[in-house]
Amino acid sequence: MSTPHSGPAPARATMRTPLGRVRGLGAAKSGTEHFFTQRLTGAANLLLSIAFIIIVISVAGQSYAAARATLGHPLVAVIILLTLLSVTTHMRIGMQVVIEDYVHTEGLKVLLIVANTFFSIAVALAGAFAVLKISLGG
Amino acid sequence: MVELTLPKNSQVTTGKTWPKPAGAKKLTEFRIYRWNPDDGKNPRIDTYYVDREDCGPMVLDGLIYIKNKIDPTLTFRRSCREGVCGSCAMNIGGTNTLACTKGMDEVLVKGVVNIYPLPHMPVVKDLVPDLTNFYAQHASIEPWLQTDTAAPEKEWRQSKDDREKLDGLYECILCACCSTSCPSYWWNGDRYLGPAALLQATRWLKDSRDERTGERLDYLEDPFRLYRCHTIMNCAQACPKSLNPAKAIAEIKKMMVERQI
Repeated sequence: MSTPHSGPAPARATMRTPLGRVRGLGAAKSGTEHFFTQRLTGAANLLLSIAFIIIVISVAGQSYAAARATLGHPLVAVIILLTLLSVTTHMRIGMQVVIEDYVHTEGLKVLLIVANTFFSIAVALAGAFAVLKISLGG
Repeated sequence: MVELTLPKNSQVTTGKTWPKPAGAKKLTEFRIYRWNPDDGKNPRIDTYYVDREDCGPMVLDGLIYIKNKIDPTLTFRRSCREGVCGSCAMNIGGTNTLACTKGMDEVLVKGVVNIYPLPHMPVVKDLVPDLTNFYAQHASIEPWLQTDTAAPEKEWRQSKDDREKLDGLYECILCACCSTSCPSYWWNGDRYLGPAALLQATRWLKDSRDERTGERLDYLEDPFRLYRCHTIMNCAQACPKSLNPAKAIAEIKKMMVERQI
């Protein structure tokens, strides 16, 4: 533990009671879903990334046509799609936690959480589109 | 955003070096955070020398020696001097702990005892932090037995096994060492309840006599109140009573999942 210094007390900005401030807007009645999904996708990521690394190693050095054939195999394509789903879900929740931890400007926080969601979905769909294009031909 | 530097009026300056006690043979150097709300100056670090032959072995003994014999303006909380009341919690040698149960020789950094108030709390004066929010958070988890069944003629009964489930939870003295050592509490202390309040929440969630377990969980089910805990474990490391708030919080999360699946 380092020793961040305490600062002098700021002037009381509110006349609200301390208990009123702590209760605030009440419990959001959510959070467990994110908590559970984060662990679920964490476990899935472990298995899927091992499979994904094996796929990457196996296509490394292959000719273009052979690589396309490997990636187009239904089992390989499904593994990659699952990896994309699990990794981007995990990434989105993880990043949201970081934003909630460190960004305290309300407007900026909302903006970043929205951008984080858009980015994660875009990455997931772009990846899925590429895999499907290879595996379904076209 | 998170503030990585101290605001100008909080930046700590070098303070006064107080004279060594005359004729003392064995001295220990204390560097102590001082801040006075009335003088308009920045916080400063004062240096004191404690005569170890005229003083008990604990950090609190040193502080009392300084207050009695060198500088009566030094301000700190203390009461029981035996680790029961939790008043003398402060940051000593880089760790939050109780001044009364920590030996001076255990906390020396290059021969010096460094003392600051509990981190990231508003300071009232010197080593006295403002714990208003901390106490309100404890009150908010409603730390008392709640039942709907009519009260029995004698006492609410509890088996020996169920009573044992409260061990490691009820011993908390609310000194705030854990909560103020937690980075999540530093950044989000207004919305995150912190390890101390959550340990007490667990104490009531685990109490076999309590009938409001569900409502208690409802109150905690929130991304900030509960889920700001990222299992950093500073709380468990800091606790002067050797309790494990991080484990207690993990128990709450387990109960949350348990009632959903």
